[in-house]
Amino acid sequence: MTTEQSPLWEVFVRSRRGLSHTHAGSLHAPDAELALRNARDLYTRRGEGVSIWVVPSKAITASSPDEKDAFFEPAADKPYRHPTFYEIPEGVKHL
Amino acid sequence: MVEGDRMAPAAAHRTASVDGAVPEADTAVYEAVFNAAVAADERIEPRDWMPDAYRSTLVRQIAQHAHSEIIGMQPEANWISRAPSLRRKAILMAKVQDEAGHGLYLYSAVETLGVSREELLDKLHTGRQKYSSIFNYPTLTWADVGAIGWLVDGAAITNQVPLCRCSYGPYARAMVRVCKEESFHQRQGYELLLALSQGTPEQHAMAQDAVDRWWWPSLMMFGPPDDESAHSAQSMAWKIKRHSNDELRQRFIDICVPQAKSLNLTLPDPDLRWNEERGHYDFGPIDWAEFREVIKGNGPCNEQRISQRRKAHDEGAWVREAAAAYAAKHNGATGAAVEPSADTADMNGKA
Repeated sequence: MTTEQSPLWEVFVRSRRGLSHTHAGSLHAPDAELALRNARDLYTRRGEGVSIWVVPSKAITASSPDEKDAFFEPAADKPYRHPTFYEIPEGVKHL
Repeated sequence: MVEGDRMAPAAAHRTASVDGAVPEADTAVYEAVFNAAVAADERIEPRDWMPDAYRSTLVRQIAQHAHSEIIGMQPEANWISRAPSLRRKAILMAKVQDEAGHGLYLYSAVETLGVSREELLDKLHTGRQKYSSIFNYPTLTWADVGAIGWLVDGAAITNQVPLCRCSYGPYARAMVRVCKEESFHQRQGYELLLALSQGTPEQHAMAQDAVDRWWWPSLMMFGPPDDESAHSAQSMAWKIKRHSNDELRQRFIDICVPQAKSLNLTLPDPDLRWNEERGHYDFGPIDWAEFREVIKGNGPCNEQRISQRRKAHDEGAWVREAAAAYAAKHNGATGAAVEPSADTADMNGKA
């Protein structure tokens, strides 16, 4: 008798207080509690984390690589969003 | 980008359309984008278009790598119950647990290419995917644990460090993690051999015997010579591999010779000597006939490794079934996206 492959989870680890959780990898587990325990054993064997999130991979909606140019293009033509866009006379301080 | 986005509906659609009828002109555009990314040393990510052969090469290589980590647990686990001290026993357990972890990182990486875990395990169990031939050699004495750490893990590190820059993102990221952990493996092996080498004459002889048996198979881990390696040239063009088999083998030998000297052990090759002109150590001929025999399944432990793996998998079935049944029962509470199969529903009495 075989069982269905258990669902895939994405693991996010906060390496220390003050930092965001970042994606560490993925794993299979039948439920959230086991996913969390497996994530601890798999991704924090050497004290790499102080907090772990596990998220069902199915719950993630991703932007499409095909559309990445069109999707991110609105940012490309707005150089005035960067501080270096502005010319400031020499000698002006704290700006 | 997270690897998990392969699960997103968009990913499924896209794969379907690529597998199906994409006009040839579009494929050419995709291919140009792919080639430009590889040329620019950018990483290819799971949902990017990639040539079918690139995908199948990665599946073959990463699956073999993952299987090697999992099968590699066996020869070392063989000595856990007989480790000579609690310290050595704790170290060996941690190391074998790391190997399991490495296997899981790599299985996750290969799954991003659209292969399921079940399919991978099935192919391992039925011999349709391979694992490193080194693990078909037996661990006859405690010193073998040291020789594996020093030589086998040392060869693996030499192979794996360049893979941290592999063109396929998930594989490269898995290798970064593996390499960080691998150096503990190598150092514990070296320390173990050093302790034996400095011990009684019997202990020294045991260490020497282990090195004598593991040296040549370790050199074979780099694969056949460049002119006989079927996949090398293409893999290097795709930047999956960064160095040739022979180049990595030479690098490993050059590293090992002085290390063996400081262990006060010899390497079993009478032709091993420094070549001033090349700036490398020359070494004797490798028995490739033996290599091919072991790959074909005629090594000392091929059958034992696979049958033990199958047995472990079969005997763990009830755990997977129980966990799935439990998850199905509590599905509402956890919110996990589990589709209970007919089997688990039956077991719950809720069919």
